[in-house]
Amino acid sequence: MSGVFDFTLALGDDALIAAQRLGEWTTRAPEMEEDIALANIALDQLGAARLLLTYAGELEGAGRDEDDLAFLRDDREFRNCLLVELPNGDFGVTMAKLFFLAAWQLPLYTALAGGGDDRLAAIGAKARKESAYHLDHASLWVKRLGDGTDESHRRMQDAVDQVWPYVHELFTSDPAAPVDPATLRADFDATVAAVLDEATLTRPETRWTPGGGRDGVHTEQLSYLLAEMQVLHRAHPGASW
Amino acid sequence: MYGNDFAPPEDAPGGGLLGEVEAAEAALREAAARARRGGPGPDEDFEAYFADVIDADQKIEPRDWMPEAYRKTLIRQIAQHAHSEIIGMQPEGNWISRAPSLKRKAILLAKVQDEAGHGLYLYAAAETLGISRDELVELLLDGRQKYSSIFNYPTLTWADVGAIGWLVDGAAIVNQVPLCRCSYGPYARAMIRVCKEESFHQRQGYEILHTLAHGTGAQKAMAQDALDRWWYPSLAMFGPPDGDSTHSAQSMAWKIKRFSNDELRQRFVDMCVGQAEVLGLTIPDPGLRWNDERQAYDYTQPDYAELMRVIKGDGPCNRERMAHRQRAHADGAWVREAAVAYAAKRADRKKEKVAA
Repeated sequence: MSGVFDFTLALGDDALIAAQRLGEWTTRAPEMEEDIALANIALDQLGAARLLLTYAGELEGAGRDEDDLAFLRDDREFRNCLLVELPNGDFGVTMAKLFFLAAWQLPLYTALAGGGDDRLAAIGAKARKESAYHLDHASLWVKRLGDGTDESHRRMQDAVDQVWPYVHELFTSDPAAPVDPATLRADFDATVAAVLDEATLTRPETRWTPGGGRDGVHTEQLSYLLAEMQVLHRAHPGASW
Repeated sequence: MYGNDFAPPEDAPGGGLLGEVEAAEAALREAAARARRGGPGPDEDFEAYFADVIDADQKIEPRDWMPEAYRKTLIRQIAQHAHSEIIGMQPEGNWISRAPSLKRKAILLAKVQDEAGHGLYLYAAAETLGISRDELVELLLDGRQKYSSIFNYPTLTWADVGAIGWLVDGAAIVNQVPLCRCSYGPYARAMIRVCKEESFHQRQGYEILHTLAHGTGAQKAMAQDALDRWWYPSLAMFGPPDGDSTHSAQSMAWKIKRFSNDELRQRFVDMCVGQAEVLGLTIPDPGLRWNDERQAYDYTQPDYAELMRVIKGDGPCNRERMAHRQRAHADGAWVREAAVAYAAKRADRKKEKVAA
């Protein structure tokens, strides 16, 4: 990853794929309030994705708009991190994914808001408020599940164990990017440690650090996700909706 | 970023009805401002007092005495309305992952989210009548309470999302606008809020169809096909014809209902004809024509035998919709239990702290 275009595209893809996964929860949440909350967060992520992809399209200068970028690229051209494309799993896995994503997006958007690129600064200023809400919501559930029943503790610890290795990719150093992801690590670690401790959960020891999303080398899941997301758009080339 | 940035034409769907909602809201405020007579007098029985409040177009509020049958009718009606909002998320939710543009995806997500909100709001209104949401949800999951028959039809194409907005939400609004003046205060207030958002959704659905009907040949065919499939199920949403409607007379006397099923159905047909013309789509009814004498459209009635089959559980998606809701509820049990256990632990720790 390097340069403003790649960086913006990658962040836009993170938000888009996260929104797609969260949207899958609609009508399936454990309670009605949570159905609303997950749709709400999906909507925020989608809103950020639209701003970021629109800007990426402008930076590229090839006339691609948000929909061209979302619906007409294949999985090898997507730049999202692997974390967001992982399947939803149970509610614990979804909360683990959202918690780590939000704990990363909040300092990221905050740094962007104070950065030198006016468009990214404006997007960061808007998105960081939403990320703070996502982080709060996910933290609460991580604590409720971690420190709830024996069953929920077991499931939440499983979820953290499953998802944790994918966090590594988020901090791959890129000094050329508007915000070097490596600089976000301390902030992220502090947030995560406090919440996991309170939730009576532990971080797994792991040597496995899967990555490749930023280079378009994804898990086997993304192609299925895109097949579903893009099916209608691709079936009617050039149509307006 | 919802993308709701199209300008509605003057005679857009929902336009006139929204005026009625606002009038009902004003009437509600006026009624509240009028000095309401204090409770029943010493020699007066509760029934006479209740009848008086209804006659004076005042609202019955949760702490008021009310006939048991009035309470039961309202619980049934409001609960079924709430269930419909919750089950109604499924047919549209079916297209969130495949929405053809990011703007449409955002609008659809926001709409389905609104529906969950309406469900919560209506359950809260029902709870003022002395039943809990958990009980009502059980009644739905056990199949002992119904939801609107319309949600047992499948959404087969993207145009169905537009047809649901235009026709299904349109029929719902025609049905619900008079309920903004219903005699039970919490229900009337819920309907005012719900109708405003529904009218917005209806316009969005109409706009989806409008775009499709003015798009490519394939898109236009998709729009017509959706109208063909959703027209009669939407007409059936108003319930059986007046002669066969079991709850109507009493509900009208109590000012829960204000118009009969057939009156509302006629109003809906009259409203849709012009809108279909603007879309350039054909309503699938060869019998549809203007009747100068009645100053209304003649139309072919929906198949009420089909309506009864769907209500009894044998529509195309009844089993699937129920199974989906039951599965979500069962899969989420461990999460709800965790939330309760966590809250209890927190409360205990607080107590210990106070004691220490």
